[in-house]
Amino acid sequence: MKYTITKDPHEDERVQKIIEISGQNIFSCYQCGRCSSGCPMAEFMDVLPNQVFMFLQEGDVDTLLNAKTPWICAACFTCTVRCPVGLDLAAVMEAIRELQLRKNYDYVDPYKVEEREELPPIAMVSNFRKFTP
Amino acid sequence: MAMKRIGVFICHCGRNIAGTVDVKRVAEEIGKREDVAFSTTYVFMCSQPGQKLIEDSIKKYNLDGVVVANCSPTLHEKTMRNAAARAGLNPYRVEIANIREWAAWPHEDNPEAATRKAIRIINATIEKLKANASLEPIEVPVTRRVLVIGGGVAGMQAALDIADSGIETILVEKEPSIGGNMFRLSETFPTLDCPQCILTPKMNDVGGHPNIKLYTYSEVEDVEGFMGNFKVKIKKKATYVDWDKCTGCGECLRVCPAHVDSEFDLKMAKRTSIYIANEQAVPLKALIDENSCIRLQFEKKVKEGKIKPKKNVKICSKCADVCEPNAIHFQNNEEIVEEEVGSIIVATGYEVMPAEAFPELGGKYPDVITALQFERLLAPSGPTAGIPRRPSDGKIPKSIAFVHCVGSRDPQNGVPYCSRICCMYTIKQAMLVKHALHDAAVYDFYIDIRSNGKGYEEFYHRAKEEYGVNFIRGKVSKVYKVGDKYRVQGVDTLTGRIVEVDVDMVVLATAAKGSSTVKELAKKLRIPYDEWGWLKETHLKLKPLETPVGGVFIAGAAQFIKDITDSVSQGSGAAAKAMALLSKPQLEKEPLLAKVDPEICAGCGRCKDQCAYDAITIDPIRHVSVVNEALCEGCGACSANCPTTAIQVVNFKKGQVVRAVDVLAEVF
Ligand SMILES: Cc1cc2nc3c(=O)[nH]c(=O)nc-3n(C[C@H](O)[C@H](O)[C@H](O)COP(=O)(O)OP(=O)(O)OC[C@H]3O[C@@H](n4cnc5c(N)ncnc54)[C@H](O)[C@@H]3O)c2cc1C
Ligand code: SF4
Ligand code: SF4
Ligand code: SF4
Ligand code: SF4
Repeated sequence: MKYTITKDPHEDERVQKIIEISGQNIFSCYQCGRCSSGCPMAEFMDVLPNQVFMFLQEGDVDTLLNAKTPWICAACFTCTVRCPVGLDLAAVMEAIRELQLRKNYDYVDPYKVEEREELPPIAMVSNFRKFTP
Repeated sequence: MAMKRIGVFICHCGRNIAGTVDVKRVAEEIGKREDVAFSTTYVFMCSQPGQKLIEDSIKKYNLDGVVVANCSPTLHEKTMRNAAARAGLNPYRVEIANIREWAAWPHEDNPEAATRKAIRIINATIEKLKANASLEPIEVPVTRRVLVIGGGVAGMQAALDIADSGIETILVEKEPSIGGNMFRLSETFPTLDCPQCILTPKMNDVGGHPNIKLYTYSEVEDVEGFMGNFKVKIKKKATYVDWDKCTGCGECLRVCPAHVDSEFDLKMAKRTSIYIANEQAVPLKALIDENSCIRLQFEKKVKEGKIKPKKNVKICSKCADVCEPNAIHFQNNEEIVEEEVGSIIVATGYEVMPAEAFPELGGKYPDVITALQFERLLAPSGPTAGIPRRPSDGKIPKSIAFVHCVGSRDPQNGVPYCSRICCMYTIKQAMLVKHALHDAAVYDFYIDIRSNGKGYEEFYHRAKEEYGVNFIRGKVSKVYKVGDKYRVQGVDTLTGRIVEVDVDMVVLATAAKGSSTVKELAKKLRIPYDEWGWLKETHLKLKPLETPVGGVFIAGAAQFIKDITDSVSQGSGAAAKAMALLSKPQLEKEPLLAKVDPEICAGCGRCKDQCAYDAITIDPIRHVSVVNEALCEGCGACSANCPTTAIQVVNFKKGQVVRAVDVLAEVF
């Protein structure tokens, strides 16, 4: 496993986008790991919450867009409450999801869903989100 | 007269002793001795009531000797002796039996054996004590002057504090200017003060202080004597310039055609053969480096007969030609001066390992430099005026990698310890790069960030949050050249993968070691040092400024690498130690020294050969050994080697020691 840094991660557009959407300075994370040790979903994740920050700090957004972690995150805010530097990790998770969603891929075609009239609208909405990656 | 009314006081030390040793039984056993008039136990002998118990018992039972059975004598021998003195008993009639470190602690698992061993230790101590003589401290005269070796920030602080108290101080610095390594720095963490601004006032104070005699470009040649009375020979190295005349105008520097690497700029710039250490040097004086001066080299070769001077050939004297006050005389003016002092402070600082020692990390390339060299490139007064440039081609770097722990925490390739300041200065340098070059990419490869000082962790967070420095956790394994760039191969242990980045320059935070000259100096002073050149303190926690040689103190990075705050504190601390020593007209010294019985002594001189302190001479007329009480440390090496027992240490006489050993050696 090797990663080559090709430009200053601070200058990476997608990292800047995530900072903009979440309102969080992801570079202030100093890798204490407390978010991961307290996350109720961490054991099901492929990238630990603290590693999410490390990937961002290295400008490696691709790995995060391909990871399951942002979609497994339950947005419970446990990490946010516990982060010693006051980072809103849940907001960063949402920003990563947002980045993916804004690609506007439709993995689910609503017109092909059977009995769609019967489904409650919320089920459709969450379907779009959950099946996005 | 052997003692007959001894008091024995057995300490519980809370549960430290009493938890293992049956102290009651020990007191009873010892109490059965005929020469013991009183024997008891107490929970803490060192407490005030404990000391009171000794005082009262001495009076009540008219004791003529005391054994306190407790912890190591290094801790409380003095406490107990003082208590006895208060009750009118000569303090040298008190001995400590160490039953904590020798009986209770090592035999926690066997209380019965520990108890019997404690009894035995006390019995042996009583045997020794019985023949103790009453003694008075010895008084030695003292010279009220101090020598400080090393003119870095620690040495300067020490010199200023002492001089301010009215004591004359001699400061010896091996370089042409005082200031030390701090004067090389760009800005200082965690406040980002400019050292040139905050240090020059101190340097000028030292240079102009009526109580400070400054010898720069000088080294200590020889040290004789003892606490309160040292005789020091100082070598003033040859400058070939008359400093009384030199005004520091710098005209000579402009005409000198010979150029070499600048020591002050650590090879990051050149200087001329005649040079002034730096623009703010104290003293601001020019000197000629004989190894590069065209004229001096020529003269040397002529002298050695290697070349024959042709007539009418003018040899370079450009500097002398332009020197208005006629200060440049080209004469070897090396000189040895002697000074007498009562105390010595060693503040010789540190050096860093060179980049070349780490070829795998690119140390062989010109653009891979040490952090101390990089300080010069970041310093506004440095060769690049504070805008870092690549040494190879003068280009302004667009990306820089910093590597922590180079040689530190690495006993295989460097030193086992953490060099303590490099995390902080690397963070500082990364920040300063961002100040100087806003769009340069900065990568900081670290194992862990050690930021344990006031304001340090906050400083680190500022670098992360506000300065745009990229921190990557993992030690770099190699740096190699790829085109015009240097490829840094590291690892990110947090995400678990190798990380590679190409940069224009690499800065190595190389390990710190003691000054390379310090071992030789330490030998002259007879003070101990370790294999990395750090001077050894008497006790790491409780006597960090003291050395085993009375009157010699250490301060600053000479003891171990430390930051400026700690160096200055130690400078002041050592100054206080020296001043306390010189505050009395006479020094008191323990009288437990070697004594010669001239009736027995045959003058063979075996004792003299053994003495590490040069305290013994053989009287040429009477042909007997004579001990200089001021020099003798009472170590006993002489006595062990005397074939006739003529020389013995007071209160450690042969009979005393042998009787004690006999008791200890009985079958258990
Ligand atoms: C790259 C780098 C950056 C740093 N940045 C900072 C910072 O930002 N903030 C901070 O607090 N600290 C910093 N430090 C640490 C700082 O340099 C030291 O704390 C400080 O210089 C120690 O002062 P000192 O007087 O004990 O030793 P030194 O500064 O080393 O002075 C010792 C003096 O003794 C002289 N000497 C040596 N041997 C002899 C001898 N045999 N006879 C006569 N004289 C002798 C030397 O020439 C020198 O002048 C940095 C260190 C490095 C390596
Ligand atoms: S918000 Fe997400 S990442 Fe944070 S603790 Fe909850 S599940 Fe874990
Ligand atoms: S708790 Fe905060 S600082 Fe610690 S690793 Fe998680 S995000 Fe970073
Ligand atoms: S004699 Fe010439 S080479 Fe020597 S210091 Fe003077 S100018 Fe320089
Ligand atoms: S201070 Fe930091 S860089 Fe220096 S040796 Fe210690 S951990 Fe390594």
